[in-house]
Amino acid sequence: MNLTLHVWRQKGPQVKGKLETYQAKNISEDQSFLEMLDDVNEDLIKAGKDPIAFDHDCREGICGMCSQVINGKAHGGDERTTVCQLHMRRFNDGDDIVIEPWRAKAFPVQKDLIVDRAALDVIMQAGGYTSCHTGGVADGNALLIPKPTADYAMDAAECIGCGACVASCPNSSAMLFTSAKVAQLAALPQGKAEAKDRVRNMTQALLDEGFGNCTNHYECQDACPKGISVKFIAKLNREYLKTVAK
Amino acid sequence: MHLFTSTVGRKILMAVTGLLLVGFITIHLIGNLTIFAGNEAINIYAAGLHSMPPVVWIFRLVILVLFAIHITFGIQLTVENSAATPEQYAIQVTQKTTFAAKSMIYTGLIILAFILYHLLHFTMHVVHTDAIEPYNQLVNGRHNVFGMVGTSFQSAFITIAYAIAIIALAFHLTHGLQSFIQTLGWSNGPSQDKVSAIGKLVAIAYGVLYVAIPLAFLFHILKV
Ligand code: FES
Repeated sequence: MNLTLHVWRQKGPQVKGKLETYQAKNISEDQSFLEMLDDVNEDLIKAGKDPIAFDHDCREGICGMCSQVINGKAHGGDERTTVCQLHMRRFNDGDDIVIEPWRAKAFPVQKDLIVDRAALDVIMQAGGYTSCHTGGVADGNALLIPKPTADYAMDAAECIGCGACVASCPNSSAMLFTSAKVAQLAALPQGKAEAKDRVRNMTQALLDEGFGNCTNHYECQDACPKGISVKFIAKLNREYLKTVAK
Repeated sequence: MHLFTSTVGRKILMAVTGLLLVGFITIHLIGNLTIFAGNEAINIYAAGLHSMPPVVWIFRLVILVLFAIHITFGIQLTVENSAATPEQYAIQVTQKTTFAAKSMIYTGLIILAFILYHLLHFTMHVVHTDAIEPYNQLVNGRHNVFGMVGTSFQSAFITIAYAIAIIALAFHLTHGLQSFIQTLGWSNGPSQDKVSAIGKLVAIAYGVLYVAIPLAFLFHILKV
């Protein structure tokens, strides 16, 4: 199939960018979206032009690097699908496709479709861990955790830190990301000791990094390629309330 | 205080003041609906209220504080949130959010403007002085609130102004009510959509009951 792409091109962080139009020719429906972009880039290189810069790593939906807003939806909008897992069979011959980078103050564009998502790391550094002596390996079942609790924590831990929640949020808030980390650790015995500092410090880091405030639009939940639920934001709110009540 | 500066703290303040203000509009609505209980009922209700100035003033003060908190943080958060999104997408398709959620600041400001107008109208009697004239003619020794309200809503202009504000209020509540539950951490995954649906119904109920009064006069179901 043949497609018309409108791709955000921006030479560097300080330069103004704009959408440019390219033709993607002879694309197979079995190609992934990133493979389609690879083809377009080969043509660009052959023509002596600068290829489209985009992030990717695993190409199997687990690293969270492939950050693109496709036709107005983060990762293209398919349920639980990252861009690398999006296939061209989801498009039709002759389609126009608009490809933009994540847009948020906290995610400055580096080049074309590549943004700097280090702000999420700063939130993690503010409390997304437990401080404990690792010592020797503990016995498998020394610490008893009920299965539903383990499942709950696992659901939260599915977050791959891709930033689609921020990209889709009308407020550019990273609350879903932050809540997944807070909820995961708050559910488990290892995380309880530092729970109060964690929720305060991580949400403060969220503001300090320039993300917006959550106003319950719930766009993040639909955009999340891992299906993280906004119930974790409710959990984060409960954890925060505990720090107020003391 | 952390509650007044943090992101979740302010969210909780918005939710709690919002719900208390819903409490206020509930009491106000019940008072208003006495208008359907005969020409005298609302006059008696109003006279009763005004016979206890300390209660009225304490009540007004509390409402003022609630509004001040709700409006201040509402505006502050909106400003911060738009600063967090300096560049807009060429195309943005939303999948879950609602018109009500996206327009909170606008419906909020419409409600604020309306409250000022409403106070100037029925409380301070500064605007529409012709329409509030019946208030000064005592009926059985009481101010004729019924006559004042009825005369006001015979004007299509006043009725439309009130109707617009009530529609804005209904939209504001649609997002606000379910948002309250989520913010206080009382929702879980599966309950989310049900809470939203109930919130919508309650919001519509408030809208219909409030707008019933001006419309009843405009269409002569109630007559002065
Ligand atoms: S490239 Fe790793 S998730 Fe898409």
